[in-house]
Amino acid sequence: MMEKEKKVLVVEAVVENMEKVTKFVDGHLLEWNCPAKARVQIDIAIDELFGNIAHYAYQELPGEATVEVEVTEEPMAVSITFIDHGIPFDPLAKADPDISLPEEERQPGGLGIYMVKQSMDGISYRYENGRNILQIRKNF
Amino acid sequence: MTITEQKETGRLVLRVEGRLDTVTSPQLEQRLGDSLGEIQELVLDFTSLEYISSAGLRVLLAAHKRMKRQEGDLVVRGVNENVREVFTITGFIDMLHIE
Repeated sequence: MMEKEKKVLVVEAVVENMEKVTKFVDGHLLEWNCPAKARVQIDIAIDELFGNIAHYAYQELPGEATVEVEVTEEPMAVSITFIDHGIPFDPLAKADPDISLPEEERQPGGLGIYMVKQSMDGISYRYENGRNILQIRKNF
Repeated sequence: MTITEQKETGRLVLRVEGRLDTVTSPQLEQRLGDSLGEIQELVLDFTSLEYISSAGLRVLLAAHKRMKRQEGDLVVRGVNENVREVFTITGFIDMLHIE
């Protein structure tokens, strides 16, 4: 597999930077002619994952989040890695929500990460050197 | 995201354009909170909605429950392929009244 250069963006982990992160990733995807459907799924994943970091990773003072984008060929795929040094949090540890429950019993939480799991081709989490490292992969 | 409102007696149509995500969903939530009082039919027109994330789904779920409580109806119309896929994955497709 041929590896391409990795693009890195470091921003303050606040929702106000969501557009900046999305544009950064989308710009890279456009260069690689990523189909619109995959791009939308990736944009949703960014909303869920960067949104989680912005809302929950840092208790009081906002910290930084790093977003890395890497496109590989054969097969064409993009890997996006979200890194923060906030509270250790493994979003994959939670059980999937029961989407067949009647409305009254539905809990609003857990749907975001579930959607990301369903729409991506790979997702992994590790905690290393005080950092949450969450990576998603999408083939296109 | 922009929201265009059309209000008649007992009926509110909100046309939502752009992206319904973490950043924009609070705007829709606030708009709904302010205007559902006398409404019997709430129509969310998603014809120009590019996509919806779980933050948007939370607002939809709350609006759906609220309309049910006041014995009204929530209709979602103009659902594109991206939005439909999200509704399918999350089971919202069975819960919502989609036109």
